[in-house]
Amino acid sequence: MTVTVHKDVVCTFCGALCDDLEMHVEDNRVIDVKNVCGIGRSKALHGDNDKPECRVRGQQATLEQAYDAAAEILSRAKSPLVYGFSSTVAEANRVGVELAEILRGGLDNCSSYCHGPGVLARQHVGLPTCTLGEAKNRADLVVFWGANPMESHMRHFSRYSVQAKGMYTPLGRKDRKMVVVDVRPTPSSKNADLFFQVIPGSDYEIATVLRALVCELPLPTLADDSLVGGVPLSKWKELVALFKACKYGVVFFGIGLTQSQGKDLNIEQLIRLVGDCNRHTRVYAMPMRGHANVNGNNQVFVWQTGYPLAISFNRGYPRFNPGEFSVIDMLNRGDVDAALIVATDPAAHLPHTAVEALKKIPTIVLDPVNSLTTAWADVVIPVATSGLSAAGTYYRMDNVPIRLRKILDCEWPADLEVLQNIKERVLDAKDH
Amino acid sequence: MAAKQGFLITVRTAKQGSAMERGKYSADYIAETATLTLSPRDYQELALKEGQQVRVRSDSGQVLVTCRSAEGPDGVFFLPLGPTANELIGEQTYGTGVPSYKGFTVEIETAED
Repeated sequence: MTVTVHKDVVCTFCGALCDDLEMHVEDNRVIDVKNVCGIGRSKALHGDNDKPECRVRGQQATLEQAYDAAAEILSRAKSPLVYGFSSTVAEANRVGVELAEILRGGLDNCSSYCHGPGVLARQHVGLPTCTLGEAKNRADLVVFWGANPMESHMRHFSRYSVQAKGMYTPLGRKDRKMVVVDVRPTPSSKNADLFFQVIPGSDYEIATVLRALVCELPLPTLADDSLVGGVPLSKWKELVALFKACKYGVVFFGIGLTQSQGKDLNIEQLIRLVGDCNRHTRVYAMPMRGHANVNGNNQVFVWQTGYPLAISFNRGYPRFNPGEFSVIDMLNRGDVDAALIVATDPAAHLPHTAVEALKKIPTIVLDPVNSLTTAWADVVIPVATSGLSAAGTYYRMDNVPIRLRKILDCEWPADLEVLQNIKERVLDAKDH
Repeated sequence: MAAKQGFLITVRTAKQGSAMERGKYSADYIAETATLTLSPRDYQELALKEGQQVRVRSDSGQVLVTCRSAEGPDGVFFLPLGPTANELIGEQTYGTGVPSYKGFTVEIETAED
């Protein structure tokens, strides 16, 4: 059997979207991957192999039967929820938004419970940001706050930030200072020039004190040995000196900030700190987005509705209210009477109360692999895997769109095609 | 029986991410997402043995996990993201849409011998 080598394939695990993978394909299967991290390798080797059975209420079904059942459930629902999309292409996101509008339902994506607070903070204070290419070519100071890329975005250091060699950083690691702020030592912090081990939940306080230091405001109640977030003030002054001395700094923030006490307020204060640093030099901030196209969800939702997440169409026009129209709140309150889940696995990612609420209502799931949700969903529709057997657009964590190619054949349709089929049937049901 | 109160934080681990992509029914994924990391002192104070199961309770639920010791703060426990951790997470999102995945009180309890 011939082995075909595909170069510059995009990895679809995390928001770093490494686009230099080399995939070796034999007999329509990926048999080897080069230029890839451990998680990306697993995804490439297994992402298109374990297709669920096409099922309606536990019985094997044809695609047509599954489309009909999905359309019937959604058309009959008074308050359906369309949710997910973090691992599918922007083009499918667009049809998902359209479907939610037609259904006058709720619409949310996976950023709702990960980087959503960062998205909210950006609405309040904006975001001085850059691309990963600029970080690679220019950054002489990189700060990772509440993020552990060595385990979550494994090639971030080598491709974009810490070790990457760029136009003004030809020596890579030697041309940069690296700082980590986290609640425990991690494989990432072991690489850092400066590591701040902080008390959980103290990020807002720390960012506030750092702002005062950057702005040279008096801190009369604090001495050099006073602890801020568990770290002496004198050590924070070292970080401020690094910020002021750098030519180009980038603060990469993770869900250590968005999912802990303070949430969106943590990010607001961090962004303000970065803004203050720009009185002295150039410093930018960037979220370490997790799922590969979760940023694309925010992009597409904003184009189509004006809002990035937590949307309701129940009055016929989009309304936005996190905490009310967010997936977890909607499910926990029992506000949803049917759900269409696309390219995510709520049974693995949502709190158990939300999962129990989903199990009580008719649930339709589109997934390229067997998941914890496909085990009990009322309608299960297997789909092609984005970036392996389906093409389309993903958005990298720095808002750069990257085109995914199709390198494998798949007997199942892509999310886009499935959503279009369901949409047409829902429109037919509304007409009759 | 020994017990200890602390703060639970859910995390991504390289092993959890990699096993998740191999399949959520894989033994590796199930084992890794039910493995709690404690500081060496907490591990010692609970007199834990390798592979020993403990019960973790929160206001929202309880689970059985195995424990490992790693460098980190005392009184803070780390559990990989996944269905086991989700049993412990409360439903309150404080108007943000995000429940406290990182930072809520739990109690660890070793089983009776």
